Formats: sequence, structure tokens, C-alpha cells
Amino acid sequence: MSTTAVALALAVFLASAVEMVEALTIVLATGATRGWRSAIEGSAVGVGLLAVLVAAVGVPLVHYVPIATLRVVIGALLLVLGLSWLRKAILRASGHHAARDEGEIYAETVARLRDLPGRDLSRHPRRDALGFVVAFKGVLLEGMEVVLIVLSLGASAHRLGLAAAAAAAAVILVGSAGVLVARQLSAIPENVLKMAVGIMLTSFGVFWVAEGTGLHWPGNDLAVPVLVAGFFAVSGIVVGWMRSLLRPVPPPVPVTLAEREGVGR
Amino acid sequence: MRDRARRLAVGFGRFWWDFLIGETPELFVGTLLIVGAAFLLRHDRAAGLTAVMLLVVVFLVASTYRGRDKSATRTTVGRDRDP
Repeated sequence: MSTTAVALALAVFLASAVEMVEALTIVLATGATRGWRSAIEGSAVGVGLLAVLVAAVGVPLVHYVPIATLRVVIGALLLVLGLSWLRKAILRASGHHAARDEGEIYAETVARLRDLPGRDLSRHPRRDALGFVVAFKGVLLEGMEVVLIVLSLGASAHRLGLAAAAAAAAVILVGSAGVLVARQLSAIPENVLKMAVGIMLTSFGVFWVAEGTGLHWPGNDLAVPVLVAGFFAVSGIVVGWMRSLLRPVPPPVPVTLAEREGVGR
Repeated sequence: MRDRARRLAVGFGRFWWDFLIGETPELFVGTLLIVGAAFLLRHDRAAGLTAVMLLVVVFLVASTYRGRDKSATRTTVGRDRDP
């Protein structure tokens, strides 16, 4: 397997894993509140629809669109997506944005779904339309970005099968691990994964945009790991710089004994 | 039927708008400029690749700076990093 193929499979795998963690939070919360059968069925239909999308859009893309055009358009899409993931991960790592807490999102979703009117699970333990729809929508919406990544990376490198297999492996692996650890999803270092994916997507985006316009990289495919290393270094520098922009903590105001007694009364 | 088609079209458009532009229009504009620069400099490999790389870094830094939280303090970072 070439360097590009390995990097491509890794990028698709990590991106799918990140989105899968987010989808799994919704599915687990739905299963716990509205019944597991509907949650699992909704998720399965969602994953099936995403797979059909990859096949329906990806195969014609690979066969009928000229490769140079495909690489420029797809490289641009990857750049937009990669830069926005990278920006978000840098803002979270530097303390400017709060990190995503899957545990908190799980608790919020459970509370929201419990409050919604629905059937009595003890009397009808089989199906729940709301549970099905929530799980289906969660998987479909979180999976759309994965579909775009699979299509773009797979089509531009003419390795749609490999990209789809890497995504499927992530879905199976994270799905199984998620079921085992259930409510411990907050333990997964999601921001680290997001930054890694952002760096890889940006690297592939730059690589394909240049190749598509006729600017060939020295070393051909070997340029991809060099770009990844370069963007890793840039991201580290930007995180450090953004941390230095944080406001210093104001010193605590000394409280006199009289003031403290006044507060006590 | 027509209402459903309209809703689908609006949903499809909204998805692409959020995906491509959303809260970071500067990254969309930056990407267009990067593609444009690559096309313009495609006959000069060294200049073309340098310009593309520089523009990517400039837009990443500018967009991240724009998204900073001016009220965030250093305690947030310290607390997150504590074991």
C-alpha cells in the first residue's frame, strides 16, 4: 500500500470515528429512554442510507468526471472542511472555546427525550416512532460529513473502496467500543482526534488543489506526510500563541475580618 | 407534494451553506483565493506551492484569531490540563 493510501485510510478512519462518537451519544441516549429496538433500527437505516449515498454519488464521480477537475473541486472541499475542523480544535485546545463534553450532551438528550410525550415503554416494549426518528436523524446528520470525506478522498485518489472500508471499520470499532463503555464516551479524547483529522484533511486538500491545477509536489505522494508534519507544527505554534492571548486571572480581592463578619450576618 | 419538494430543496441548500460557509465565511473565501492562486501560478512550481502554503497558514491563523473568546482567562486552560 502506498503512503497516500495509508494516510487516506487513516484520515477517513479518524474522521469517521469522531463523527461516530457524536452519533453514538445520541443513539445511546435514545436507546436508554425510548427503547433499544427503535434506536438500533433507526441507526441501521441511517447507516444504510449513508452507504447507498456513497455508492450512488461516488461511483459516477470516479468514472465520469475528469480527474484534474475532480481533484481541484474535491481539494477545495477538503480544505474548507479541514481548516474549519482545525480552527475549532485549536480554539478548544487553547482554552478559547469549551471542549465538547459527550457526558453532558448524553445527560441533556436523555432529559429532553424523557420529557417528550410518548408511549409507555413498560406496556409497549417493542417500537417507538420518536426513538427511531431521533436515532436515524442523529446518525444521518453526523454521518453526512463522513460521506463527504469518503467521497472526496476516495474519488480524488481513485480509492473509493478503501475509503469506504476505512469508514466502515471505524463505525464497527467505535460502535462496539461505545456499547461496551456505554456512558463513558466523555473519556474519548475527541478534540485530539478532531485536530488530527483537521490536519490530515487540510494536508490532502492542499495536495489535491495543487496537483489538480498542475502544480506537482516534489516527491509526489511522499509530500503528503511532509504536509501533515508541517501542519502539525503550525497547529502547535498557533495553539501556543492563542494561549498567550488569554487574559490573566485577576488577583483575589483581600477580604477584611469585618467584611467577612458582615457577609455572615 | 410541492411543499415537501420545497422543504427538501431548502434543507439541501441549508446543509451546503452551513457546510461551506456557516460561521467561517473567511475560510470559504480563503479557499477560493488559494485555488485561484494555484491556477495563476501553475507555470511556476516553486512560487505556486509557496503561495498556496502561505495562504493556507494565513487564513487558518486569521480565522482562529477571529474566533477567539476575548473574555476567556488562563484558568480555563490550566484546569483542563491538570491531571
